[in-house]
Amino acid sequence: MIEVRDLTKIYRMGRVEVPALQGVSFRIERGEVVAIMGQSGSGKSTLMNILGCLDLPTSGEYHLDGQNIAGMNEDELADIRNQKIGFVFQQFNLLPRISVRRNAELPLLYNGGKPQKEINQRSEAILNAVGLGERMHHRPTELSGGQQQRVAIARALINEPALLLADEPTGNLDSKTGKEILDLLLGLNKEHGLTLVIVTHDPAIAAHSQRIIRLRDGMIENGS
Amino acid sequence: MRLYRLFIESLESLNANKMRSILTVLGIVIGVAAVIAMLSIGRGAQASITSRIESMGTNLVYVSPGSTSESGVQSAAGSAGTLTLDDADALAELPDVEAVASVTNSFVQAVYQGTNTNTRLMGVTPGYETVSSLTLEDGVFISDDDQKARKLVVVLGSSVAETLFGGTGGVVGQKVRLNGQPYEVIGVLASKGGTGFMNQDDQVFIPLSTALNRLVGGTRFRGSSVISQITLKASNSEAVDQVVNNATLLMRERHETVEGADDFTVTSQESTLDAATEVADTLTVFLGGIAAISLAVGGIGIMNIMLTTVTERTHEIGLRKAVGAKRKDILLQFLVEAMVLSLLGGLIGVLFGWGAAQLMGQVQFGGSTITPVVGLDSVLLATVFSVAVGLFFGIYPATRAARLQPVEALRYE
Repeated sequence: MIEVRDLTKIYRMGRVEVPALQGVSFRIERGEVVAIMGQSGSGKSTLMNILGCLDLPTSGEYHLDGQNIAGMNEDELADIRNQKIGFVFQQFNLLPRISVRRNAELPLLYNGGKPQKEINQRSEAILNAVGLGERMHHRPTELSGGQQQRVAIARALINEPALLLADEPTGNLDSKTGKEILDLLLGLNKEHGLTLVIVTHDPAIAAHSQRIIRLRDGMIENGS
Repeated sequence: MRLYRLFIESLESLNANKMRSILTVLGIVIGVAAVIAMLSIGRGAQASITSRIESMGTNLVYVSPGSTSESGVQSAAGSAGTLTLDDADALAELPDVEAVASVTNSFVQAVYQGTNTNTRLMGVTPGYETVSSLTLEDGVFISDDDQKARKLVVVLGSSVAETLFGGTGGVVGQKVRLNGQPYEVIGVLASKGGTGFMNQDDQVFIPLSTALNRLVGGTRFRGSSVISQITLKASNSEAVDQVVNNATLLMRERHETVEGADDFTVTSQESTLDAATEVADTLTVFLGGIAAISLAVGGIGIMNIMLTTVTERTHEIGLRKAVGAKRKDILLQFLVEAMVLSLLGGLIGVLFGWGAAQLMGQVQFGGSTITPVVGLDSVLLATVFSVAVGLFFGIYPATRAARLQPVEALRYE
């Protein structure tokens, strides 16, 4: 599913070069649940951005589903993000102006010119699946934090991606709601074989994952 | 993304900032309304000038005294006193032509029972009625007998009759004093509807012979009476140019002048019309140009608001890109938004412009009203132009949005 080899990322701050990743290699198989952990500044976010095809590595190889990402142009990356990857953010990142349903539909809009009927059916189905069928026409701001994160998960899943990347998905939620969200994600993994990669500080999440990749100073500390 | 979905999204986002959107649209509304109103006034002025000139008759050629300098500027036209009755008789002999002579005296005082008015006196030969396409409301026009016998008869323009008698009925047979001399009214003209400058209803007609004898100077030149103008009517529009040529040659022969040193001027009605139309065109372009500036200012308003919007929505742009939006998707989204603003402004502006034009049509300009002409072409022009303004001023903000990097845009708070 995912194979990265000798990944490096160097940021240039004026004349100073700041290495964020220094030769990271690992594999993640289809259907795995993997937690990426590490102190802040350890390179977690950088790795996350590269895995999510939001950013390109300075050097190294990244194969996603057999495709070499490192050589792709901006539009190809956008298609990969749209069709292969679902994102769940700590801040939910919902658009406040539009309804829950329209938020969930967002990735579909950039996936060719699908007929509105199909878009409607899919958004209804996916919102029902995350338990928000009743709230479809509400604005995100009218929902609780946990519900908002469910909308974000619905949005991440609507294009039926193979990989779900979650960046501190429970970081803004209380522990009970956090547990519910985690259960939802794990359930998706069990039922649909969705590959989960979760960046987290939360030991509870780490405990539920099959494998932990620990980063320190841009390198893998231990793990396989 | 489908276009109608883009359209809905942009309406939603404009709706989210109602006040701001309204003010931005207002800028375009004012610009487009100004363009429409100004163009319609220009067109209206042009139409009214054209109809005024055409109402004087058709296929006319005017011979006036006075020279034309080499640069084409007429100097002291009408004051030279070189045009005579004999010239008119000679010109009448030309083929395809009917010729009439006239003398003019502005500001003759016409009095009827204590009511008086200052009007323009025209001493004319009988053919003037047909040449100038005059229509009589009542009575008859000046006849050959009146001309030969130098009778004291007068035909009143409709507004003169209105002023002196309070109407056109029962006026024929009454006596009017012109500069103190009693004239019998033999006819009243139908109104030509003109007002103010070149008002053809505000004049009175008496026989040329009577005018030369009693009211107008009576100067002589080469043994013949001096007149103000000779009007030639060509038999058809194709003959006009030929008539101009023939008249010019004949007049040169009679006055023994050469080209460039003529003491007369021959102009066709067509060339007068062309000159007038050109002036009106220039006016239209000038007014429209000034109005277009306000449209451009409205466009800058759009650009300003779009730049603000892009900055405010950086986070949203980052998210859209993260879920698969490409540069062109973002570009299109903001372009459509800018164009919706400008198109909305354009459509409302057309309505306001039309209304403003109608209002201005009610206002008097120097004693005459102009009927504004709102053409489909100026409506289309203004609408297309406003969308173009949206496109032009939207491209820069939209490009800026499209170029944002997803990682940085997502991090932006």
